[in-house]
Amino acid sequence: MALKMVKGSIDRMFDKNLQDLVRGIRNHKEDEAKYISQCIDEIKQELKQDNIAVKANAVCKLTYLQMLGYDISWAAFNIIEVMSASKFTFKRIGYLAASQCFHEGTDVIMLTTNQIRKDLSSPSQYDTGVALTGLSCFVTSDLARDLANDIMTLMSHTKPYIRKKAVLIMYKVFLKYPESLRPAFPRLKEKLEDPDPGVQSAAVNVICELARRNPKNYLSLAPLFFKLMTCSTNNWVLIKIIKLFGALTPLEPRLGKKLIEPLTNLIHSTSAMSLLYECVNTVIAVLISLSSGMPNHSASIQLCVQKLRILIEDSDQNLKYLGLLAMSKILRTHPKSVQAHKDLILQCLDDKDESIRLRALDLLYGMVSKKNLMEIVKKLMTHVDKAEGTTYRDELLTKIIDICSQSNYQYITNFEWYISILVELTRLEGTRHGHLIAAQMLDVAIRVKAIRKFAVSQMSALLDSGHLVASSTQRNGICEVLYAAAWICGEFSEHLQEPHQTLEAMLRPKVTTLPGHIQAVYVQNVVKLYASILLQKEQAGETEAAQEVTQVMVERLPQFVQSADLEVQERASCILQLVKHVQKLQAKAVPVAEELSALFAGELNPVAPKAQKKVPVPEGLDLDTWINEPPSDSESEDEKSKTIFREEEQKHTQHRQPEVDEAELARRREARKQEQANNPFYIKSSPSPQKRYQDAPGVEHIPVVQIDLSVPLKVPGLPTSDQYVKLEEERRHQQRLEKDKKKKRKREREREKKGKHRRQRSLPTESEEDIAPAQQVDIVTEEMPENALPSDEDDKDPNDPYRALDVDLDRPLADSEKLPVQKHRNAETSKSPQKEDVPLVEKKSKKPKKKEKKHREREKEREKEEQRGEDLDFWLSTTPPPAAAPAPVPSVEELGTNAITAPKDECEGHRTEKPEDQDDDAERDPERKPSRHKKQHRKEKAGRSKGKKAKQQPPTCAEAAGPVENGAAEEEPLPPMSSYCLLAENAYIKMTYDIQASLQKESQVTVSIILENQSSSFLKNMELNVLDSLNTKMARPEGSSVHDGVPVPFQLPPGVSNEAQFVFTIQSIVMAQKLKGTLSFIAKDAEGATHEKLDFRLHFSCSAYLVTTPCYSDAFAKLLESGDLSMSSIKVDGISMSFQNLLAKICFHHHFSVVERVDSCASMYSRSIQGHHVCLLVKKGEKSVSVDGKCSDSTLLGNLLEEMQVTLAQC
Amino acid sequence: MPEEIQQQIVRETFHLVLKRDDNICNFLEGGSLIGGSDYKLIYRHYATLYFVFCVDSSESELGILDLIQVFVETLDKCFENVCELDLIFHMDKVHYILQEVVMGGMVLETNMNEIVAQIEAQNRLEKSEGGLSAAPARAVSAVKNINLPEIPRNINLGDLNIKVPNLSQFV
Repeated sequence: MALKMVKGSIDRMFDKNLQDLVRGIRNHKEDEAKYISQCIDEIKQELKQDNIAVKANAVCKLTYLQMLGYDISWAAFNIIEVMSASKFTFKRIGYLAASQCFHEGTDVIMLTTNQIRKDLSSPSQYDTGVALTGLSCFVTSDLARDLANDIMTLMSHTKPYIRKKAVLIMYKVFLKYPESLRPAFPRLKEKLEDPDPGVQSAAVNVICELARRNPKNYLSLAPLFFKLMTCSTNNWVLIKIIKLFGALTPLEPRLGKKLIEPLTNLIHSTSAMSLLYECVNTVIAVLISLSSGMPNHSASIQLCVQKLRILIEDSDQNLKYLGLLAMSKILRTHPKSVQAHKDLILQCLDDKDESIRLRALDLLYGMVSKKNLMEIVKKLMTHVDKAEGTTYRDELLTKIIDICSQSNYQYITNFEWYISILVELTRLEGTRHGHLIAAQMLDVAIRVKAIRKFAVSQMSALLDSGHLVASSTQRNGICEVLYAAAWICGEFSEHLQEPHQTLEAMLRPKVTTLPGHIQAVYVQNVVKLYASILLQKEQAGETEAAQEVTQVMVERLPQFVQSADLEVQERASCILQLVKHVQKLQAKAVPVAEELSALFAGELNPVAPKAQKKVPVPEGLDLDTWINEPPSDSESEDEKSKTIFREEEQKHTQHRQPEVDEAELARRREARKQEQANNPFYIKSSPSPQKRYQDAPGVEHIPVVQIDLSVPLKVPGLPTSDQYVKLEEERRHQQRLEKDKKKKRKREREREKKGKHRRQRSLPTESEEDIAPAQQVDIVTEEMPENALPSDEDDKDPNDPYRALDVDLDRPLADSEKLPVQKHRNAETSKSPQKEDVPLVEKKSKKPKKKEKKHREREKEREKEEQRGEDLDFWLSTTPPPAAAPAPVPSVEELGTNAITAPKDECEGHRTEKPEDQDDDAERDPERKPSRHKKQHRKEKAGRSKGKKAKQQPPTCAEAAGPVENGAAEEEPLPPMSSYCLLAENAYIKMTYDIQASLQKESQVTVSIILENQSSSFLKNMELNVLDSLNTKMARPEGSSVHDGVPVPFQLPPGVSNEAQFVFTIQSIVMAQKLKGTLSFIAKDAEGATHEKLDFRLHFSCSAYLVTTPCYSDAFAKLLESGDLSMSSIKVDGISMSFQNLLAKICFHHHFSVVERVDSCASMYSRSIQGHHVCLLVKKGEKSVSVDGKCSDSTLLGNLLEEMQVTLAQC
Repeated sequence: MPEEIQQQIVRETFHLVLKRDDNICNFLEGGSLIGGSDYKLIYRHYATLYFVFCVDSSESELGILDLIQVFVETLDKCFENVCELDLIFHMDKVHYILQEVVMGGMVLETNMNEIVAQIEAQNRLEKSEGGLSAAPARAVSAVKNINLPEIPRNINLGDLNIKVPNLSQFV
């Protein structure tokens, strides 16, 4: 035995290890395959040995060979053997091999379940780790189901190394076994607040991945993520969260409002480009989700665009690329802001980097206007000429077409220009987008009636030139254009200048080299053309010429009859017979042209692509009832027949025609005729004699010699698109002049009339609307069935693997949702104490009391968390306005609890905290017992915090908590305070307002106005306008004058109230200000609508410009000592309120914070948005209060004290 | 994923990346090869080595570039001045390191110190078990290493797939 061992280890010395294998392969470059097959033979020998080290070495080499592309699935069983080795060294090799080559179809994979379970519960964290890593690569549905519970237990492992891996792998488990999501979710959520950053990051990772697919289920986590975002310093986590918010905001616009401020702060503060970029991205997502055009949002847009411009201008190509990528997102909703950077984007078109050029192209799509379309397309055309490589050139081509055809050719003013662009594009060799160009040609020719004549002349030139026929080798190549050209020339043959020549061109032998479907169109349209020529000749009485044309047809058509393409052959032989028949009739001098053209009479109208789908189900037709009761003989047969039947029925419903009766048809026909008669561009069906062709009788005598041109000709007679640019400019100039002239004339007339009135003459600036199209653009809209259904739903893909994960996560767990637990598993495998309270398994506890308590506590926490989720609405509804001002405090109760529970150690949570506390209050009522416990706890906390406060006054919490914490006391109730005061009121509407300032904006405040509809009318078209003063001005949307009002971005149904925000700019803040204003609106009720107005005076007090800012007592003392401050004081008598409440009032209404309080004396501090320091010393006597103030501006101080006097006088 | 497709992806990715200049951006938009438009190739180029990650839209592009840097620096620490040959001859170790950064296609750890600490702890554990090749075998290996081949040809390493279960690499 011992001898065998020694022998084994000596043998092993001469086995190849991985390094030897690699070296060997490198030394056998010329016969690599042979060498490797030799190695594989050796490996097979090694795998047969008992020694696990030898096996592991062999598997290690196999892993390498797998990487080179060799199939090693035959060794799957050996890999499992190595996985189950007891030594970590070997186990790791086994799991690595498994992770590389095991997959869903590996049949031995089910043998691993128990081994993996054993490894997961191994005492060595690295055994567990290696098993988790391996499993993450090859987890199957079976493995996921069997191991989900074990992995979930590991999520609470004592080692963070295991926790993070367990958390991360849960995502894979969810994907394979969706039932595990709900039971595991509470614990996953818990891990978001894990003390270890790695675990936290993993949890964020998993939830973000889940939320990306089904965002709406994760909205309730928003407050938690918000908190993480404000306190996390890990950029990786921040990026993930911010990306997640980007996915959530479209579902909840209020969330977006809340996000704007912290995100803007991050944009300003972060130095990490990756974070900055993601912030900008999410801000964009937020702005897209907020529909209202509030002025302070345009500031955010500007910020984003600005930052992106910096990225695009950066020399780092990566930043440039991403900048363009983000820009294209803004473009969708705020094209104007992007259009300002047209120069930059056009510049990027010249970049050497193709990725960047492609991105810039994407942007161009949204930047075109009527004014610049031609210029941009011209630029693109030069790029087409220069472009190397067909992919980029094809991309350019599709972009040009996209740009021009977007929103129903909205930006095209001159269709002749567009047709010539399309014709120019046909000169591209080797493109794969011939069909695109063809489709455009057809579309334009059919829908823009005015252009048909021009289009036909161009198309006939294309047919004539023959260079396209030569390039017919490539499928989908440029020859596809001929499809369109032939069809257009045939269908609109009445516009042809030289129909005979075109007919000849279409009958050339070379045409037979074209793809079948194009030939078919040729054949069909040759007849149309023939019919129209015939008609012409007959009407002109040239029977001989007519016969000659027929002769040409009879001679040439047989070449198509011989075609290998069935479609071509069938059409050609059919038509050949027809033409022969015509020939016979012509010989008898019977006029045939009329009858022949009747074959092709009638107008073609475009039909909307969805028209068929939108046909509504006629009344009285129930698609679910049986037409014939299905026979119910044997069950199996029955089933079969059912499915068949149902399928058929579905088909029927899809293809059903709209049921229109005769009268309706007649009415429509009449209407169409009427419309056509009124349309000057519609060519009436009565044949118009075109005498021009009379004097060209000898054409058909000229022998047609096919010239084979290998060099594509420059098509003669085709105009280049460039000339249109010039023409267009001239035309526009002309238009402008005419307009000016008209205006002038009008003005002169006015002047003559009024004599004195003289207005400033406006400069001829050209706006979008001024540009009139060159032709009467008559885009025929696509036809839809009458009373089509408006729904536009796209059905979700039923095969989406993420669909199974779309489950409601807030619903409490049912008993049936437990994860399957291994029955025979030993209890002692549980190493972590938390194991027992797997939240989903509501076990009847047989544990000692201690555990039970712990369990209950946990449960409570969970409840609290759940509550938090449900109260997302509340969290969102108390959204503090973007300015960092204190939120309105609705009740004393809340005030009290806030003061007590505001945790000293969680500064960052100041905003999220409030709603939670509210929840606790709400929770208190129904649940008596736990609440008492909580109350006690709370009091304790309060006591502690009070004790601390006495020693160290300055509130470290941010401003919002400030006034509240400072002022409130439990002993005496304070009357409810609201910072909103009445602005104006009438029978229809009540307006209350509040002004918020932010330290970040030194000359700007936001006025939030709550509009409450007090009437039974529907209020709409609300518009707010104020008379600006020199000092204070309302911010209006770009381009509007100072006399314009700002629209309120909502309407008010009866009894509803909503809040609108308006931004004002202020120069000086030392004086209070009043602005007169008017709210105008339309009140609509059953009787009708009336236009109403409500005047108001908006009062900007000096206190409104103060922002609650905490200040430490030492800093406060220094400030007072500096001597830069002027001083003033007031005294108010007859005060009955307690000092505590008095301070609370000052804090609340005047935005101060308490620095220090000793008995009946307190020092307070605040700061204005323009940086003035304001210090107060408040002293309370028997029935009086004196306030001494110091401030860096004496006027401001005087005014503030006056305002304070008014407040205090009410106490 | 069958080996042939893996190889094809690696080969095509390599050709795509190789023909890109150094002064153009490090992102390649997804083709049908790597799973469609939601996916991107993000790569970094170090001397003769390319590190290529394939990611979907839930990852931050710049974040991944940083992650590649973290991975490379980790390799550098673990191999003490990493060079191509280290990666070629110790592909298994490269995998172990990668597995501490990315697990089953998801980013596991971004803190380099943490990654290095875990790798070192595992190496110590391996050593205490006697390693794959015990002392005598190591001696033989040392002898074999004496005649190392001359400077290798261009060698490229691609870590494909962040989202697809199997990690494929090639030399």
